[in-house]
Amino acid sequence: MPNVTPKSPFPVRVAALALCAGVGVLLARAVLAIPETESGLAPLIDANLSASGVKNAVTAVLLNFRGYDTLLEIAVLVLATIGVLSLSVTQPGTWAPVAEQADPVLSALARFLAPVMVLVAGYLLWAGEHAPGGAFQAGSVIGAAGVLLALSGYARPVWVSRFALRAAISVGFIVFLGTAVGAMLAGGTLLEYPPDYAKTLMIVVETWLTVSIGAILVSLFIASASPTEEMRWRSEGYR
Amino acid sequence: MSQTDLYTLTGAALFVIGLYALITRPHLLHKVLALNISSAGVFFVLVGIARRVAGPTPDPLPHAMVLTGIVVTVSSTAFALALAKRIYAETGAAALDPVDVAAEERSGG
Repeated sequence: MPNVTPKSPFPVRVAALALCAGVGVLLARAVLAIPETESGLAPLIDANLSASGVKNAVTAVLLNFRGYDTLLEIAVLVLATIGVLSLSVTQPGTWAPVAEQADPVLSALARFLAPVMVLVAGYLLWAGEHAPGGAFQAGSVIGAAGVLLALSGYARPVWVSRFALRAAISVGFIVFLGTAVGAMLAGGTLLEYPPDYAKTLMIVVETWLTVSIGAILVSLFIASASPTEEMRWRSEGYR
Repeated sequence: MSQTDLYTLTGAALFVIGLYALITRPHLLHKVLALNISSAGVFFVLVGIARRVAGPTPDPLPHAMVLTGIVVTVSSTAFALALAKRIYAETGAAALDPVDVAAEERSGG
């Protein structure tokens, strides 16, 4: 990497320090003004938890009470992935091994750990219904397994085509959106699950979200992890 | 000083530290890290707010918001890193003002 000036000129730094000190004092006053004991929306969530279909309050908030947030969140993830894949100079969507020659010990360990991590992800997905856990935690574990495999010299398996990778990236958002619109067509409002089917619908959505989040995290890592020098050479070759 | 105050004040301090670094550091990687530190400050404030309830279980709503926030931070960080890498690949400098950086290098800076 070429040398970049480590810091801005002195006057800029003084001005920034003054600005940040001002913002800091305002923020400190604001957070100290927050009432000491305030139950917020917790009683409301507790009162409606039985109607949500799950026993874990955080999961109920994420997928039922504030499902709109989560729907937009997975949309942000998919959009970021599309952006990262299109910005990458190398073939987008290619899942090349990041490490050319992996250490044999690391490689063997990754081969041993990857199925265990998938198992842990399945447990976290299932546990999210009544305990801390859920689609995002499970998806992160799957993503970590993928990153570990990529670092150990494993390329994209041949049975995963580039189309399949794109399908895996988008399926969570599509299923979530379909469920939301389906609930609307069934007579409710957007994302208003019928109470009888709420649990089933949430588990279906969460399962596909897990698949998508895992694929998204791996794709983000692989697309960002290509060697920069090679990228530069390629981009100059394109000109 | 209550536990909530400790968390929220730490969060405010982290946010300001990140803001300062975001302004003063020209290197794009430093800017991305600064944004992450600021986000950690916001999460601290939310987690602190969640603990204000009387019972043993914290308020689940801020926790769900932090969970959402972490995921959005991860994706925005990945996108910012991809942009920074592309800028480096195109200009050879990991800063927004590559002309200045090139001049610095010529003068031995």
